[in-house]
Amino acid sequence: MNAVLKQQVGYESFGTTSNDALANDHLDWLESEAIHIMREVVAETKNPALLFSGGKDSIVMLRLAEKAFRPDRFPFPLLHIDTEHNFPEVIEFRDRRAAELGEKLIVRSVQDGIDSGRIVLRRPDESRNVHQTVTLLDAIKEFEFDALFGGARRDEEKARAKERILSHRDEFGQWDPKNQRPELWDLFNARLNPGEHFRAFPISNWTELDVWQYIAREKLAVPSIYFAHQREVVERRGLLVPVTSLTPPRTGEAVITRNVRFRTVGDITCTCPVASDAATVDAILAETLVTRITERGATRMDDQTSDASMELRKKEGYF
Amino acid sequence: MTSTVDTLRFTTAGSVDDGKSTLIGRLLYDSKSIFEDQLASVESASNKRGGNRVDLSLLTDGLTAEREQGITIDVAYRYFTSAKRRFIIADTPGHEQYTRNMVTGASTADLTVILVDAAKGLQTQSRRHAIIASLLGIPHVVLAVNKMDAVGYSQSVFEDIRSEFTHFCRDLAFAELDFIPVSALEGDMVVERGDKLGWYAGPTLLELLETTRAAEASAREFRFPVQRVAQTRFGNALDTRGYMGRIESGRVSVGDSIAVLPSGLTARVKDIVTLDGSLATASAPKSVTLLLDTQLDISRGDLIAHADELPTVSNQITANLAWMSAQPLDASRRYLIKHTTQTVRAAIEGIDYRLDVNTLARETGVTTFKLNDIGRLRLKTLKPLITDGYRANRATGSFILIDEVTNQTVAAGMISNEAAHG
Repeated sequence: MNAVLKQQVGYESFGTTSNDALANDHLDWLESEAIHIMREVVAETKNPALLFSGGKDSIVMLRLAEKAFRPDRFPFPLLHIDTEHNFPEVIEFRDRRAAELGEKLIVRSVQDGIDSGRIVLRRPDESRNVHQTVTLLDAIKEFEFDALFGGARRDEEKARAKERILSHRDEFGQWDPKNQRPELWDLFNARLNPGEHFRAFPISNWTELDVWQYIAREKLAVPSIYFAHQREVVERRGLLVPVTSLTPPRTGEAVITRNVRFRTVGDITCTCPVASDAATVDAILAETLVTRITERGATRMDDQTSDASMELRKKEGYF
Repeated sequence: MTSTVDTLRFTTAGSVDDGKSTLIGRLLYDSKSIFEDQLASVESASNKRGGNRVDLSLLTDGLTAEREQGITIDVAYRYFTSAKRRFIIADTPGHEQYTRNMVTGASTADLTVILVDAAKGLQTQSRRHAIIASLLGIPHVVLAVNKMDAVGYSQSVFEDIRSEFTHFCRDLAFAELDFIPVSALEGDMVVERGDKLGWYAGPTLLELLETTRAAEASAREFRFPVQRVAQTRFGNALDTRGYMGRIESGRVSVGDSIAVLPSGLTARVKDIVTLDGSLATASAPKSVTLLLDTQLDISRGDLIAHADELPTVSNQITANLAWMSAQPLDASRRYLIKHTTQTVRAAIEGIDYRLDVNTLARETGVTTFKLNDIGRLRLKTLKPLITDGYRANRATGSFILIDEVTNQTVAAGMISNEAAHG
């Protein structure tokens, strides 16, 4: 059945014949679920914002917001917590995409927190990733946001696998995984006390493959560093660490040039590319189907410090 | 939202230590759905705990406290794809204090796997979970008799549990009930058949999950709870309002005659708008924006239905309730009821009975529900709700109760539109 015909008949006759690993009929219900969540949260909170970093998950979130709210303007601003250690291609993409959509983008900088003394680094070259929490919670307070949409997915990480779609944060921004509100059917309890807020995750049920399939189906642009390119890297603890002014090679490490792409995009100091020749979305899809390493396992230095690093960061108010 | 044909959502339940997390770990491991770095992390954690084999339960027990205590605290969602189907698993805990999370996982599931320890037989929790699965309208239950290795793979142990559970379920509304003997620890009859259960001729657990029919939406009637009214006007004269929502059941076409509830005012569908263009027809579960040919006063909480297939509009609700709060029901208090896109105050009119989860006996004369209690009660709402019976329609038949003081979700409710004794 072709795409136009599918749109005409709606959903019921979908997917009855195909077991193709790249069949994407399930994207329809994932999309509809995400739209439903976005509309519910907007209806039931006073002052939401959508976290937009320029990464692939938040790019998908923007398309879902268009699907949920157009022809209206988004009923929320976009918010980016910028470590100022981001890849320039991604920041350029972030600004361009927000301008194309005509939506308001608020940027709050970890550097400002360092300059003002709110954030104290243990050493100058320490990763700023964890310190985003301070800037994020400050921004929530500054704008009195009561809900933040995020593009986190349950398949990313084991602490995320336990999180609700509408996830409560106390007045200190903390997540209490042992005392989460039960979340039944699609009925979200969006009641808050003053000072508390929610994190809302409309693409909780999506996998990395779903995200790339959706990017392909919707023909979404993504920053160039998601595609294979030549880059100087060093091999360190099984990861390919990009050589940048922020992440210089250590003594004794050999700098090599490899064909790589990024599977996740985050702070330069903790995000690594993977070896890849995938120069198109279709090629990335093919690689994603057969990879034997998880998205974060292949790419994130911040998750390797301990088995529970994400859980600890999340409890303190991280994304 | 429940499954489509190519995706099955299922949940696991059972008593603590019945091996649920191990079973899921086994399912993922033997179906080659575990990534190398996940396995390395579990191997390292198993070694630290001094085990001499890989503890597959660590694949789903993600929180620090869970690993420390060796139990599952909260629902963990897992995603995997076999050669035949995509699966979303809600791995839910067995400890009584976390029963509310089992209800959470079950509320969106099409199939429940209830685990029983072959050596211990049916437990109170096994029965409670069967009742919850039945109340939550899950059509298909699979009883996995686990730890068959601990009873010498005995067929008579399996048959005894099968007949006891079949007898217990005679009054529960399952369309399908299956039994499989398994050893999650050894891997028998989960993905591989193994060689110890030759007397069992049925499918492995994975085969069953791959081939079971996903529940087809039972409700055919068009139901569209309005989530939001678009601020932008539509049409050539920019005089037409757009109503945003998700089609919870049935289908709608341009030209259909609809009624808006609770007002009962009628109109025809003028357009079905999406970002990708207008549609002539749309079906559940699509999220759309509806335009009507007549300007009516419609707001969030209203429901649009076909004029000849109307739901019930009433402020008297009879419902089955699963109480989920440590603070018992106070029948003299008001609670908030959230139903579709509407939140209103509700008072308790009376408690019909509490169910004894072991015998299914109905205890009358009770004045409260405590944590994990299940029973039936009557509510009166400040404004009318627009409902169908839960058996007919999960979306318009379900609600939650919220304590206005603590903001906690204290109960899950399933509306029964039959008489109170039905």
